[in-house]
Amino acid sequence: MALKIKDLRIYYQTLRGDVKAVDGISFQVKDGEIMGLAGESGCGKSTLSNALILLKPPMKYISGEVFLNDKKLPIDNYEAMRANRFRGVSIIPQYAMNALNPIRKLKQIISDLLEHHGESFVKMRDMIEERLKLVELDEKVLDLYPIELSGGMNQRMVMVISTLLNPSLLLADEITSALDVSSQKAVSKMIVEFRDRKIVRSVIFVTHDISILYQVADSIMIMYTGKQVERAPTETIVKNPLHPYTKLLISSLPEVGIKYSQAPLKGIPGRPPELLNPPEGCRFKDRCPVASEKCDEEPPLVEIEPGHQVACWKVGAIDD
Amino acid sequence: MIELKDITKVYSLGAFGKRKLTAVDNVSFSIGEGKIISLIGESGSGKTTIGKMMLKLIPITKGQILFQGKDLSLFKGEKLKEYYRYVQGVFQDPFSSFNPIFKADRIFELVKSEFFPELTGREWQIHVLDALESVGLNPKTVLNKFPHQLSGGQLQRMLIARALLLDTKFLVADEIISMLDASTRIDVLNILAELKKGGLSILFITHDLSLGYYISDESIILYRGSVMEAGKTEKVFSTPLHPYTRMLLDAVPRIDRKWTTFETPERKAVGSDTIGMCKYYDRCPLATKECEAQGLIKVEEDHHVACWRWNDV
Amino acid sequence: MKFRKSEILFFALRNTKLRIGVFIVALFAFLAIFGPYFAKYEPQDFAGPGYNPPSGEYWLGTTTFGRDVFSQFVYGLRSTFLVGFVGGSIATFIGLFVGFLSGYKGGLADELLMMFTNIVLVIPTMALLIILAAYLKYRGVFLESVFIGFTAWPWTARAVRSQTLSLKTREFVNLARITGMKPLKIIVVEILPNMLSYVFMVFILQFGGAILTAATLDFIGLGPTQGISLGLMMQQAVLWNAIQLGMWWWAVPPGIAITAIVGAMYFMNTGLDEVFNPKLREM
Repeated sequence: MALKIKDLRIYYQTLRGDVKAVDGISFQVKDGEIMGLAGESGCGKSTLSNALILLKPPMKYISGEVFLNDKKLPIDNYEAMRANRFRGVSIIPQYAMNALNPIRKLKQIISDLLEHHGESFVKMRDMIEERLKLVELDEKVLDLYPIELSGGMNQRMVMVISTLLNPSLLLADEITSALDVSSQKAVSKMIVEFRDRKIVRSVIFVTHDISILYQVADSIMIMYTGKQVERAPTETIVKNPLHPYTKLLISSLPEVGIKYSQAPLKGIPGRPPELLNPPEGCRFKDRCPVASEKCDEEPPLVEIEPGHQVACWKVGAIDD
Repeated sequence: MIELKDITKVYSLGAFGKRKLTAVDNVSFSIGEGKIISLIGESGSGKTTIGKMMLKLIPITKGQILFQGKDLSLFKGEKLKEYYRYVQGVFQDPFSSFNPIFKADRIFELVKSEFFPELTGREWQIHVLDALESVGLNPKTVLNKFPHQLSGGQLQRMLIARALLLDTKFLVADEIISMLDASTRIDVLNILAELKKGGLSILFITHDLSLGYYISDESIILYRGSVMEAGKTEKVFSTPLHPYTRMLLDAVPRIDRKWTTFETPERKAVGSDTIGMCKYYDRCPLATKECEAQGLIKVEEDHHVACWRWNDV
Repeated sequence: MKFRKSEILFFALRNTKLRIGVFIVALFAFLAIFGPYFAKYEPQDFAGPGYNPPSGEYWLGTTTFGRDVFSQFVYGLRSTFLVGFVGGSIATFIGLFVGFLSGYKGGLADELLMMFTNIVLVIPTMALLIILAAYLKYRGVFLESVFIGFTAWPWTARAVRSQTLSLKTREFVNLARITGMKPLKIIVVEILPNMLSYVFMVFILQFGGAILTAATLDFIGLGPTQGISLGLMMQQAVLWNAIQLGMWWWAVPPGIAITAIVGAMYFMNTGLDEVFNPKLREM
């Protein structure tokens, strides 16, 4: 198992109290798996992925354990995590196009980083050039400054840099959200390529866009207000979702071929509860069309069939 | 209702404005009453620039915009204010559209003080409640709140309600749902579609083809400031004639079909060798040396394409 | 917003720098306002024998000519605060006006205003003030403040301009424009309120700056011909060799007061910076 997380809780400290952004999450990611992590903004998906690499205030570790390749990952210890960053876990940040120091040559940025991790730029030069080819960048860019590259090129550069040390786990945080359709496709291709060439062992692909996940992910986990509601192979989540939230989410996606005048879609009424004092029980109950008294009790995450977990008392109760 | 005639926008960049950047290049189209037109393009296609010019937020370099037959450049001062009584806009970022230090419903107050100073508070309140109702908002949940206490979807709906307080006949909707969550974006789209039934014309600017298809009567595909293909939405989407339109449609991530390949032609740096050539020359897999800049060709009554070989490729 | 306000208040109250700064400034302001009522003499009166060290009768001693140093000190504090307030206000106001106009209008107006700003910026302020001071026979504290105000604004204008430029790109400004609002109204009701914290800090800096400039002018003998100020006190103390003669009570208090007030102002400024800017807060 590449990644194993047990009952992870990460809260945000604020003046008014703790915001329970990640509240008891457990899941596993297999070797060679690209797991999609989806949900509305504020569901905790970015907090979860950030906590796995850089847990710093106002984020606060509450409880839970993370194992990477069967070794415990000390995510609550900033210093001890240092040895794991880039090598064990690496991230392509949300605003990758602005992540590099604009006035330092890319060559220098890379060699600084490698030295910091006890490697040498000269020795790794061939491999770096190979990787650049993989993302369709010319090796000449090494002598340029990030400011001279376009946003898309910078993002690719960040993708190369963050995977240079062949991390076991790659976190991709909303990397396609700001892109045009054609660039989305190109970036998705690179993520899949990284996995296929075993540059990274597994990937968590965080996004709000389920249709992108359908193209690249092997399995999808849906989060809602700090809790996981459903996890299943991609095909199952998209074609046969069980949790009412997943169902509504999937059915609200406009697709080429669906027109308002012929078949108007519906959104999900209401908005997620505040995470300062979330309500008891199922957190989706106020917006859920099939909620009942039973939902005042928190539904456990149950394995319906191998690889398919759902946290809902009413699983199977509604059919479209 | 509103018509663009050979609109061009050139930005001057760099020291002394030496570098010229043509953001919009000779674009013409018109929008009839009660129609929704999608303006679809990638970033840098000039779609937002066109919307801003129609709202008179930035000047036009060349060409004319006619609103109900009158030249937009003649609207100044009080006349411009009258123009805004009929033409309104909603922008991409709902959070940036509200002044963060004031309550969100202040946008309604400003409309009152600028356009309806004669109305009493109570009369105005009725109008506001009406407008909120038609965008499906509960006044109790949105009035007297600060922007950060509301969701993006609620804010965007309030901005649409604001436009409804005026006698808005034409609305520029610039990427208005791209920053919203999947669960609320469809509601905002549905509101636009409902308003259209009441006679509102909308320019729906988007980079998301599925949204364009969902809501619009006609679609315009824009690339680097020029129209590549235009026509009735169903025709453009079901029989795309321009290689660019086809590439875009192939690249759209869908949940009913997986990408057959991950390959996609990407935008390259544009050199001087492409001057006078078709805008899509740099990426087109079918391009030949003869692919010079091409105006729109009428294929059918309601389908135009800017590719001279639309028929044989 | 209620939360935001109380949040700012919360951080303001627990910010040590701000608390120290406010305390010092308030202390001197108190002295400036109420001190003269306790003073037994007019600042220029000959109160008694010269060379008197501090005593029960003359709290801060007397000068060579037998003037009461305490009276001079508290009246001088008053004029120091007057200079700070008037000079600081004028400089802040002009800076805001030019900055807003230049940043919001852009284009030719911006170019011209910035050219003017840069010209004022490179003219050596001190030289200009010396020339002006030399031309005017009778100069009061108020006139001095006005001069200072009219020469201290360029930095503020430039900073306000760049802030305006960034606020201008926010959509709410576009929304105000398509509501048919006039530029001036947009600046006042949309942009300015977003910069209030910044304006407040600019004012504090200008306040301290004006005090310092006035003290310098007074010290080199270009201060007010009428009235008294802390700078004038220092000038006279130095002129009559107060230090060499061991009359520390004459030379030291005005120097300490100016240093303390201006220092406290800068302290307040950094403190406020931390309060308004969450990134600088010490959690």
